Amino acid sequence: MKKEPVKVREVSAQIRSGNFQEVVLGYSEEEALLEASRCLQCKNPVCSSGCPVGIDIKKFIFQVTQKDYQGAYFTIKEKNNFPSICGRVCPAEYQCRKACILTKKGSPFASEQAINIHFLERFVGDYGKNNNLEIKQEVNEKLSKFKVAVVGSGPAGLCCAGELARQGVKVDIFESLHKTGGVLRYGIPPFRLPWETLDFEIDYLKKIGVNFVTNYLVGKAKTIKELFSDGYSSIFLGLGAGVPSFLGINGENLCNIYSVNEFLTRVNLMSAYKFPEFHTPVNIGKHVLIVGGGNTAMDSARVALRLQKLKGYPLNTTIIYRRTEVEMPARRLEIEHAKEEGIKFEFLVQPKEFIGDDQGFVKKLTCLRSELGEPDSSGRRRPVIIDGSEFVLDCDLCVIAVGLKANQILINSTPELKTDKYSDVIVDAETMESSIKGVFAGGDIVGGEGTVIEAMGMAKKAAKSIIENFSKK
Amino acid sequence: MKILNKRIINDVGGIRITQLDIASADIAKKALPGQFVMLMVSEKGERIPLTLVNTDKIKGTVSLIFQEAGFTTQSLGKLNPGDSLYSLVGPLGHPTEIKKFGKIILVGGGVGIAEILPVACALKQAGNHVTTILGSRNKELLILEAELKSNSDEIYVMTDDGSYGKKGFTTDMLKELLSRDKYDLIYSVGPIPMMKRVAMVSKEYGIKTLVSLNALMVDATGMCGCCRVTVAGAVKFSCVDGPDFDGHGVDWDELEKRNKVYSLQEKHICKL
Repeated sequence: MKKEPVKVREVSAQIRSGNFQEVVLGYSEEEALLEASRCLQCKNPVCSSGCPVGIDIKKFIFQVTQKDYQGAYFTIKEKNNFPSICGRVCPAEYQCRKACILTKKGSPFASEQAINIHFLERFVGDYGKNNNLEIKQEVNEKLSKFKVAVVGSGPAGLCCAGELARQGVKVDIFESLHKTGGVLRYGIPPFRLPWETLDFEIDYLKKIGVNFVTNYLVGKAKTIKELFSDGYSSIFLGLGAGVPSFLGINGENLCNIYSVNEFLTRVNLMSAYKFPEFHTPVNIGKHVLIVGGGNTAMDSARVALRLQKLKGYPLNTTIIYRRTEVEMPARRLEIEHAKEEGIKFEFLVQPKEFIGDDQGFVKKLTCLRSELGEPDSSGRRRPVIIDGSEFVLDCDLCVIAVGLKANQILINSTPELKTDKYSDVIVDAETMESSIKGVFAGGDIVGGEGTVIEAMGMAKKAAKSIIENFSKK
Repeated sequence: MKILNKRIINDVGGIRITQLDIASADIAKKALPGQFVMLMVSEKGERIPLTLVNTDKIKGTVSLIFQEAGFTTQSLGKLNPGDSLYSLVGPLGHPTEIKKFGKIILVGGGVGIAEILPVACALKQAGNHVTTILGSRNKELLILEAELKSNSDEIYVMTDDGSYGKKGFTTDMLKELLSRDKYDLIYSVGPIPMMKRVAMVSKEYGIKTLVSLNALMVDATGMCGCCRVTVAGAVKFSCVDGPDFDGHGVDWDELEKRNKVYSLQEKHICKL
């Protein structure tokens, strides 16, 4: 008999939309066993090919079916440093689950029948965390005389630091913000990734000797050259895609129009939802519009909705996107969660102009309707504006979530660092080494906006090259 | 991030201006005139930008001067030597361009006077003829006159009520100077209405005018765009593209409005 996928337990939309607690509760042991038993244990598994770090998925799921959770944990950990994080934030429906044999051929993302690999990963990751399973350091005496500076404490930086420290390399991570974690802290809301989960992984790195230096902006306080003269043998740049894109339309600087980074940073990193206990404010509106279709659009919409509820406003948050739901790059789960919570969607809509009041606050957004035309360079059908389709939406707060670009501070202070036309750092695809010898890079600063696991994949490659270089010395 | 010294520069009529000297060898080593830091008073605090007024590379300290105007600056003013900031990062922003321009007028108003001090020192050392105009509501509120005097070739003080120097606005003196002599650069820091008027006056005379903008910021590394300003029709981030901009191109009305976006919350938290 064909077994149905095991649904993951979640807090009801009614309750969760009034707080910032985690939404997905994860599998119980029974549920995990049931879901794992659905895995066909293919002779030639294809799921792993969909994983940017190549986790042996078949093996860890088999270990789950045998209740060997510890074994499963170490199987994942061989490839992925942060299963509790990735099990929560990986867009599995575009990666391992899409590759799963149970996904219908030609589907743009995983079918419902595909094994819930990410929920199993999360179950195993949390098991490891709750039982204090930690990978032992395999300190290599030869490597322990080397010191590496990691710039940025986001997914790429944390992963690279972990890989190096596990083998005994001394690592200092420099972070410009006052808290570590990068986008995992300032970008992803706690209802998707609780701080407790993130802190557990960071604390593990501290335990194996990684030193975190917060409030330190490399590029300003120190240059790459100066880091080398301080005795670092290699430098890894995990700078992230930190600069928000705007629409470039009239009225975009009116008050209460936020970049997605500002909105999320205020609420997540600075805890503005707890104002005045926390001192950073954020505004909320009665007619909130979010522009964009990615994960940050879903996150900011769900944050906005929660702020409306906390403020006692009627829930009225709408996502406007220029294509249709199928083309949205966001995780399917986040789209579902957003819908359940009451977020409205306006598809095939493009913003044209913001209109404000005398005090400079946004009041309305003029929009245009479009239809899908021929596919563009991304393979997605290009939206084409329909003549005479202009209409006006009420809008007293807007979040622009249309993409992020590379942060230029360090790049500007390092002219010898070669970059491409997007100002991303150019690296050797195999070694992840940049145009400066001994300087490696990974994550969004290399590939543009990607996922947490893709960043980790690059960071692992870089760590491997760094270690190989040291071993030769 | 430890506070080593505290000096109340002025405390009259409910307006208190305070100087803190803070230990930060890394920032002191690198900071140049015109740059700023971001700081947090406590873990629950807000991140605010403050211009670096002085740095001592040997002692490894930086000095900040601020008016206790809002909740965060009031909390900062309550700290004492021995206390530590929760967060301090810098130096941020581009330094002010320092070279021999020729004849320069510096215009400082209110607590902005503190912020023109490092620029005055550097421009004077670079061999410029420095004329400084200071603006204050009255004699009692005027700060750092002696320090600026020793770094200027000429100095003029303007007070709103005429209780000291000359009665009138800084721009009255600016007009007077510009009408009788030729200058190469004007640099101004102070309240937005003052900088806006300075730029209006200097534009008539076609003299390049730099202003240091005090937009609201969150991360101050170019990540959030909270501090975006329109300069000559283009959107710029004050934190990474500034804080100095061509005053003739700044959309002052937009900046003034954007700086008031949280005035309701500010009132609320100050009452608590």
